Amino acid sequence: MTEFSQLVLSDYERGMLDGEAGPAAALAMRILARMAPLYGADRFIEVTKAHIDGIVYEGNAGLAFAEKLADSGGKVQVPTSLNVMSMDRTNWRQLGQEEQFATNARRLGYAYVRMGAVPTFTCAPYQTETAPVFGEQIAWSESNAVAYANSVIGARSNRYGDYLDISCALTGRVPASGLHLTENRKATHWFRLHGVSETLQQRDDFYPVLGYLLGQSVTNGVPVVEGLTAAATSDQLKSLAAAAASSGAIALFHVVGVTPEAPDLEAAFQGKPDVDPVMVTPALLRSIRKTLTTSGTDSVDVVAFGSPHASLRECTELSELMRGRHARSGMQVYVTTSRAVKEILARTGVLETLETFGTSVVADTCIAVAPLVRPGAKVLMSNSGKYAHYGPGIIGVESIYGSTAECVEAAVTGRAEVDDSAWQ
Amino acid sequence: MRIAGKSLVDGDAMGMALTTDTPLSFWGGVNPHTGEIIDRRHPLDGESIAGRILILPSGRGSCSASGVLLESIANGTAPAGIIVSETDPIIGLGAILGDELLDRVVPVVLVTPEERAAIPDGMPVRLLFGGSIEVGE
Repeated sequence: MTEFSQLVLSDYERGMLDGEAGPAAALAMRILARMAPLYGADRFIEVTKAHIDGIVYEGNAGLAFAEKLADSGGKVQVPTSLNVMSMDRTNWRQLGQEEQFATNARRLGYAYVRMGAVPTFTCAPYQTETAPVFGEQIAWSESNAVAYANSVIGARSNRYGDYLDISCALTGRVPASGLHLTENRKATHWFRLHGVSETLQQRDDFYPVLGYLLGQSVTNGVPVVEGLTAAATSDQLKSLAAAAASSGAIALFHVVGVTPEAPDLEAAFQGKPDVDPVMVTPALLRSIRKTLTTSGTDSVDVVAFGSPHASLRECTELSELMRGRHARSGMQVYVTTSRAVKEILARTGVLETLETFGTSVVADTCIAVAPLVRPGAKVLMSNSGKYAHYGPGIIGVESIYGSTAECVEAAVTGRAEVDDSAWQ
Repeated sequence: MRIAGKSLVDGDAMGMALTTDTPLSFWGGVNPHTGEIIDRRHPLDGESIAGRILILPSGRGSCSASGVLLESIANGTAPAGIIVSETDPIIGLGAILGDELLDRVVPVVLVTPEERAAIPDGMPVRLLFGGSIEVGE
């Protein structure tokens, strides 16, 4: 009996299945072959980059898998970046991370580096030199990164879960399906901004809320947003992508006039729109914004920035708000970013400004995948839709969502004063 | 009641139905050490998925969900089986990894949304090889 007879396999792919490229590639190809039908695929296509999310230490089963692949000689076949790991490689002791946990997290990271992955350790790989280009077929993981790569860059990836990502990297293959194919990239849901002022559009807390709305409204599909009149920055689109990918499963969205596959509405729909628009009013956005806050009080114990990892520009803007001020005694303030960005911050003096304020600048990891928030903290305030979303489940705190400036004020006073008067 | 589902990850399993109309992310939504649902915004918050037949539209949210399902399978806190009404590669992957790496199968079966909604919570459910589902005693 020929296994996987329903799949069209090249000689190279069949050879990998048969073990000709070693046991690690064989296991990886076997996982891909079993997954292909779940993606509706009967063949594979080549990718030219991979980004690995399986680097987060979830437990011993994942560690055993990665070490099994590395020990049996697995090597990535394409340039491969790594997502956040579960520890800050240099400051883990100061941050109170436990020795055993750090050992496991380090072993997991090392297993992937042994397979040839680049130790980027960031959830914003699109803001590094490992970013893909328009039209490039890639195997990316990490929901926010996939949403950004597809939507803002126009590269092509499905959301590859933990351990499928390394399987793609070890084989250089993905199932030919979903967002790799042009016809699946057309818009299916239409959102039209209605009465949303440019002042509101330019607020830094606008984009996560818009993203959260898309994620909540579209279970399975490609939303297009029409009516954005203010120019959006990479960081704003990043926060939109991250929120859309946390509240739902969005892997691709279009913004007319902003993202590359949506110069106009017809391009986004690959023809005439076949659905009616949902009106996005300030009142709707305001109600969505409220759902990001779960805390019933305004008392704040932790303030966190940087999910996805803060860019150089975000850190610099934050330092301007923090300059000459100090967080309240006992307040935990975190900025999570990549080591590459942190090293630039150290050379430019921005790091000193952030640290003088009382901020822990954490590299390689984030507070959602590493238990950094100290026990006893009850309420987290963040300008990140993703941190606010995962506060209650993952971090174990209630959330308050606010703008960057409101978060800095809360760090100083210990009280959240969220002003939603602009959301009229 | 008997439903002819489509097997996404083949196997047989039995358990009490745990049903929801709301998609669930295993990452951030399930504690793999206990099997408890910990998503405060989810209607099943506080329930345990361990040993149940988990019946839901699909997963949602993070790509790390497959890793959490794999750890749950390793810890013995996973559902006995899963019924979805949308093909969900992230849940399917977790189950395939459990089979490939741990030799433990959590079957995943695809049904229509109407068939999914017809299965009452708390009923005994049996998943059979090939995708058939038996509901009730």
